[in-house]
Amino acid sequence: MPKDTGIGASSKRREDVRFLTGVGNYTDDLSLHAQTHAVMVRSTVAHGRIVKIDTARAAAMPGVLAVFTGEDFAAVGGNPAGWLINSRDGTPMREPKRPVLAHGKVRHVGDAYAAIIAETYAQAKDAAQALSDDTQIEELPAIVDMKAALADASNRVHDEIPDNLCFDWGWIEDNRAAVDAAMQAAPHKVTLELTNNRLVPNAMEPRASIGEYFPGTGDYKLTTTSQNPHLTRLLIAAFVMGIPENKLQVVAPDVGGGFGSKIYHYGEEALVLAAAKRLGRPVRWTAERTESFLSDAHGRDHVTKIELGCTKEGDILAIRTETHANVGAYLSNFSTATPTFLHGTLMSGPYKVPHVYVNVKAVFTNTAPVDAYRGAGRPEATYSLERVIDMMARELGLDPFEVRRRNLLTPDQFPYQSPVGLMYDTGNYQATLDKAVELGDVAGFEARRAASAAKGKLRGMGLSTWIEACGIAPSNLVGILGSRVGLYDAATVRVNATGNISVMVGAHSHGQGHETVFAQVVAEKLGIPESSVEIVHGDTAKIPFGMGSYGSRSLAVCGSAMDRAMDKIIAKGKKIAAHMLEAAEGDISFADGKFSVAGTDKAKTFGEIAFSAYVPHNYPLETLEPGLEETAFYDPANFTYPAGAYICEVEVDPDTGRVEVASFTCADDFGNVMNPMIVEGQVHGGVGQGIGQALLENTTYDENGQLLTGSFMDYAMPRADDVPFYTVDASCATPCTHNPLGVKGCGEAGAIGSPPAVINAVIDALHRGGITHVKHIDMPVSPGRVWQAINA
Amino acid sequence: MHNFEFVKPSNIADAVQAMASEGAQALSGGQTLLPTMKQRLAQPETLVSLTAIPEMQGVCMGEGGLHIGAATTHATVAQEAASLYPGLAALAGGIGDPMVRNRGTVGGSVANNDPAACYPSAVLASGATVVTNTRKIAADDYFQGMFTTALEEGEIITSVIFPVPAKSAYVKFNQPASRFALTGVFVAQFDTGVRVAVTGASNNGVFRWAEAEAALSKDFSAAALAGLSVDASEMINDLHGTAAYRANLVKVLTGRAVTAAR
Repeated sequence: MPKDTGIGASSKRREDVRFLTGVGNYTDDLSLHAQTHAVMVRSTVAHGRIVKIDTARAAAMPGVLAVFTGEDFAAVGGNPAGWLINSRDGTPMREPKRPVLAHGKVRHVGDAYAAIIAETYAQAKDAAQALSDDTQIEELPAIVDMKAALADASNRVHDEIPDNLCFDWGWIEDNRAAVDAAMQAAPHKVTLELTNNRLVPNAMEPRASIGEYFPGTGDYKLTTTSQNPHLTRLLIAAFVMGIPENKLQVVAPDVGGGFGSKIYHYGEEALVLAAAKRLGRPVRWTAERTESFLSDAHGRDHVTKIELGCTKEGDILAIRTETHANVGAYLSNFSTATPTFLHGTLMSGPYKVPHVYVNVKAVFTNTAPVDAYRGAGRPEATYSLERVIDMMARELGLDPFEVRRRNLLTPDQFPYQSPVGLMYDTGNYQATLDKAVELGDVAGFEARRAASAAKGKLRGMGLSTWIEACGIAPSNLVGILGSRVGLYDAATVRVNATGNISVMVGAHSHGQGHETVFAQVVAEKLGIPESSVEIVHGDTAKIPFGMGSYGSRSLAVCGSAMDRAMDKIIAKGKKIAAHMLEAAEGDISFADGKFSVAGTDKAKTFGEIAFSAYVPHNYPLETLEPGLEETAFYDPANFTYPAGAYICEVEVDPDTGRVEVASFTCADDFGNVMNPMIVEGQVHGGVGQGIGQALLENTTYDENGQLLTGSFMDYAMPRADDVPFYTVDASCATPCTHNPLGVKGCGEAGAIGSPPAVINAVIDALHRGGITHVKHIDMPVSPGRVWQAINA
Repeated sequence: MHNFEFVKPSNIADAVQAMASEGAQALSGGQTLLPTMKQRLAQPETLVSLTAIPEMQGVCMGEGGLHIGAATTHATVAQEAASLYPGLAALAGGIGDPMVRNRGTVGGSVANNDPAACYPSAVLASGATVVTNTRKIAADDYFQGMFTTALEEGEIITSVIFPVPAKSAYVKFNQPASRFALTGVFVAQFDTGVRVAVTGASNNGVFRWAEAEAALSKDFSAAALAGLSVDASEMINDLHGTAAYRANLVKVLTGRAVTAAR
């Protein structure tokens, strides 16, 4: 019998009522007295030296209040990278300054080098055009291709970085020789070169920021589309503008999707604050869709060579990869962690592989910055691995399901120390594979293939058994690995006098459903109705601290902080109950929302305790403090390790090359599930994005660094009819062993596990159809690419 | 978007007069023009709306075939032409999405002559007549390359007259992002012969595939195309498909249209 409330119930998403009825509160919805409008002036060339910006004409245009250029921010700090990576030779990564506005040079199409503030948006647009016309930029050759960038030391994205190399990272460098030897000795070797295509995040709500300054107090307020307002505050305060943290409030109200792109601090946020102070008026900026395409941090963009050494029976002996990772023109905040510690550490997957070595060269180019996007490094690792394993099976004439069974870790091997630095705490990979085989009706495939063939279609089946590391992340570990921040989270549980509860959480919901799920967790533990719990997020003035939402961390890390804070509430409640019931504190137990004296019928309800805490008429004040509010910070002991098995079936039209996803089956292990409906929705969304990457989405810069796919006319997003009805299961759960809720995280799984399943299915379809010369097709496998591969 | 004047005449004479003013631009459904203006890529001084002129609205049978007022929306054509010219109605019902179909018009599409638009293939394959405020233009004379037509400055399309074939079908292969036609083929079988018009594929805009017409006029079956090939040298080569791929699509889709023709 499914529960209808608390943990495990499919409670309906309370936030959807306001989202779906048009009464949400997004940044751009906010209208302030005396507000002004900012428009950014962006480079139309990929690479150029700014010769002269003549602001006179623009500044004199109707309604224009201020013109900012890079010069105005030359003295303030840059937007830093959050993670220091050292190269194989021990030298630190090259870390060029990322200014608020480009200064001296522009480095990608869309790089903002000036901003206009005007009374109206239209006036600011007019002046921005004028300023663009009055700016002289000496165009330099664009650096677009990563290998060419490394080869030509004369053409530099950043003048001080001669070979455009950010770092050359080896993981684990000390193991390199042993891996090379194992690869050399392997009876069979498979080599695959592939591209993990660059993606534009395309959150439904574009980025937007409003700056305010209050001269009476010297306080600043930034309302912005952020996944982590505290980190944004920290970056602006400590690095970019030097505003004291206690003088800067950052509010991220309703945010319409992020997928990673809104983790980072962007120059526009600093710009609106600086402009608000100069003008003494609020300054607002909202990106147009074109600006989102040009200036949001993009995702993926790896070019990888992966080699796999194995026995003739399909036992994997060694894996070695060499990846070029595009970081774009500047280092976005997590851009150096994504291709390294979120990628290389996953390169042994759910398999027992004795030898693994990963090499990543991060390269500057004249393209938009690249950073974490749903999955962040783990989709890249999973794609490389699951493709090369499929290729191994094909080359050896083995069944891809059996090859995986042969290599998967078994339940008795946990905890498992991987050869790439992670300690998997728990899992049962055979169980999820068995479940996927059952739900995906693998036994019935041949009949479905024959039916497709009768329609002239080639049907194929692809498998991906994936693992990820999320619940980011233990601060002590990431500190050793180069993180410049801690990755704990925090929550305050405030029990109000009338017994209802406000929970202030550092996690930020931008569509995930925290307001519903977190309330379920609180209601379950405190024995009160979900409706009595309100989740407060996205405001640095209300919340103790937090590191925001990304890396499928919200419930695993912030939820754990919330759980710890509730432990403190219960402990305090016991003290109060002991006083009220004239019993020893040790005799009080708490269950079902009641504090009881063991062995008696004496009890106080949660509400009575709460009321007493705020009306403490006869409290022994020496030993019992009034009030019932507790805060906890939680720093995880380890990553969490969700895993699963995905089976995709496709139909390929051999005449047009069109691929249709016929079915998609997911068997996941997310640990304990708090709200099955929301988990299912997260998997749907993630797989949808993965299918988008596999079949449709492609970010293309031409040789001049112009973004050819700069609108939805050319950048193909997955639509409802591009994806099938999914079969989703999360019943094969092995709870996380090190957090109090036993949860692992589900937000990124679909985007991580699905792309290789799709591509494996396409290759399988072609081979079953007799088209055996096609070994690999790069994503997105568009109709044109498939047709060309068939007819090559 | 820059500021502009807006007029909405209620008859063709007033519309013609309004179009004579400096910087005037005809506006029908606005599905191309308005996004272009929003991006500041066009800045007409006056928009002359053509959607309030009664004689430019509606679908009816008349002399020479099916008369469709130029300002008739795709949605209306999809519905009202369904029994009169099913192939055309199906084409109209497959353009864009419901919002586009309820704003966009046949006249707007034909006047703009986007190389990836659906309608030009139907106009050309049907041997339709484009009727303007001054004259009647045969489809074969009307389309003159990408975004180029026989229309004179200020000339307004008032209706299009489609001869109704015995059998017809339009098969479109979507460009994955825009869902315009990466290639679309309209096949129309008349008593006098078969006409095949292709959109989306050629650097020269919509065109007739003469070899296929000859073969299909003898034998109206997909098999009749077996020995034919399409010259890729004039095909569009872009992100979404090479010239060779488009040439292949022309042949594949023509065959499918023949099979689907009703």
